[in-house]
Parts: sequence; structure tokens; C-alpha cells
Amino acid sequence: MRIGVVTFPGSLDDRDAARALRHAGGEPVPLWHGDADLRQVDAVVLPGGFSYGDYLRCGAIARFAPVMGPLIEAARGGLPVLGICNGFQILCESHLLPGALIRNDHRKFVCRDQRLRVENTNTVWTSEYQAGQEIVVPVKNGEGGYVADERTLDELEGEGRVVFRYLEDNPNGSYRDIAGITNARGNVVGLMPHPEHAIDTLTGPTTDGLAMFRSCLALIMGDSWSTAARNHESPVINAEGEGVRA
Amino acid sequence: MARVVVDVMLKSEILDPQGKAVHGALGRLGFEGVASVRQGKRFEIDLAGEATPEAVAEIERAAGTLLSNPVIEDFTIHVEGTS
Repeated sequence: MRIGVVTFPGSLDDRDAARALRHAGGEPVPLWHGDADLRQVDAVVLPGGFSYGDYLRCGAIARFAPVMGPLIEAARGGLPVLGICNGFQILCESHLLPGALIRNDHRKFVCRDQRLRVENTNTVWTSEYQAGQEIVVPVKNGEGGYVADERTLDELEGEGRVVFRYLEDNPNGSYRDIAGITNARGNVVGLMPHPEHAIDTLTGPTTDGLAMFRSCLALIMGDSWSTAARNHESPVINAEGEGVRA
Repeated sequence: MARVVVDVMLKSEILDPQGKAVHGALGRLGFEGVASVRQGKRFEIDLAGEATPEAVAEIERAAGTLLSNPVIEDFTIHVEGTS
């Protein structure tokens, strides 16, 4: 399963995202911001960090990068897309997701392990979680405050499109403690916290983030993969760690 | 050569942490009587030619596409020297 990871000028977590995808059994494919080419990938991750200096607004210039043309079109057609941190900001600027991310209300950069509740397990990226499951993944941002007008917020809540919600302490002043949302179809998900930094206990606080990447792979590959992954078997992974269609 | 100015402000319902920080600093410096501060952005755009209605309309399109995010911001546009 080939999952693209876009590198923008300023991306920091593209390698971690690729590593997470590999851990989950997928094949990460590097995509370049300057190429209007998705290399026939099955899904795309927009990683965290920064892009184009985040001048103007976070993600505002990246949204017009050459790679975003085909990406936006494909996402509207159902391609699974996950935006993490700066990737979430880019998805909002692209209007693939509603609302926007602004400077943290306390005006400080925040970096810590954050407890979240998974509120929607019907998206492409969250099907391997249990509804209501609590997870802990790192959060690190300066402009992670999720904002939208009341009507949009009510709509998101009403349609169950709030995917992740901050628990205990809201790290950035996000309206209604929203940490991540999805589009109506469930193929595009954006969140500020970093699941790709929580895939093994050597480098992360938990392995709670792995299920995000497994969810997408499971959907692409079908149920046999999903069952095997849940049972910690690996009959559908070949020697290169590459998924084989069952 | 004409100059078009685009002013971008956060919508009133959107929190402005930068404006709040400036407000706090003003108070600490002893500037009295300030009820609140909202911070925005100003773009001064020099046109290659005259500010024809078409040229200004093009900048207006740019303002709504790139210079501002209509989800959280409003903008105003004027040709310098004419307002």
C-alpha cells in the first residue's frame, strides 16, 4: 500500500510520518511540494512542521503549492488524506476542512503528551479505534487554536464530525476542545496532535498513534489485513514490510 | 503607477491573542483608557499600470483568495490617494 507523504519547505515530521506508515505495514512514498504529481498513491499524509515560513497564515501559501492541485481534486473524489498539525492547517486553508487554526490563546508554544478522546471511528483514519477510546499522543504547536463560527461548530457536532477532542487540559484554546475533525465523507481528517510520534515506546509516550495509520491501510487492503493486524499476525506483510493485497 | 491597499482584520467573533498581548503591554507601559486591541494586516500593492476597475477587481480577487482567509478574516480594499 503506497501512501504519499508530502514534503514542503519547512516540513519537520515527514520522516516520522513515513516511519509510522512503515511501522503500520504501509509503503511510504515521498511526494514533493513542487511537483503536481501524486505518483498514483493510495492515500496521502500532509505532515507537521512548517511550510513556506508559514508567512501570511499557517498553510496559506502551501495550500497553493503545485502538489495541492491534484491533491485537492483527489481528496474531493474520495482519496484518503490525513493532515497532522501544519498539514491540518493546510487542509483548512484548502477548505477541504471547515474552520481555521489560529495562535494559541495563551500565546506560548505548547509541547507535551496530550490525552484525547476518539469521538468518531467511522472515518478512514480512525476505524481501528474504539468509539470513546482515550489515547495519549504528543501535541506541539504555537498556532493550534481551532476556530470556526458557531453555525459551523454546531454542524460539525451535529454530524459527528469532531473526530478527536482534548481531555483534561485544552492546550491551545481550541473552540469546544476540538483537536481533530473530518469532512462529511470521512476520507479527509485533520488534527493538531501528532499520532506519528506515538508509534513505539522507544520514541513516544504510547503506541496509540499507530491505529490511525493502520486504519487507513486496513481500509485500502480489506478486512483480512485488519483482522491480521488486530491479532498481531503478519501474513499480509512481505519481507520488505510492504503490504500485499489479500 | 498606482497603489492598492488591502486591510485584513480577524472577524469579530474570532479570538485575537496578538491583540490581547498588545493590549496587555499597553497597560503595563501606562497607556490608559484602552478598552481592547485587535491586530490586523495591511498590504500595499503597487500595480504595474493604472488602477483600472479591472486591475482593482483582480486585486480584490487576490485578497479573497490568498491575502485573507474568508473563514476567519474580513478585508477592505482601496486605491491610495482616492479614498
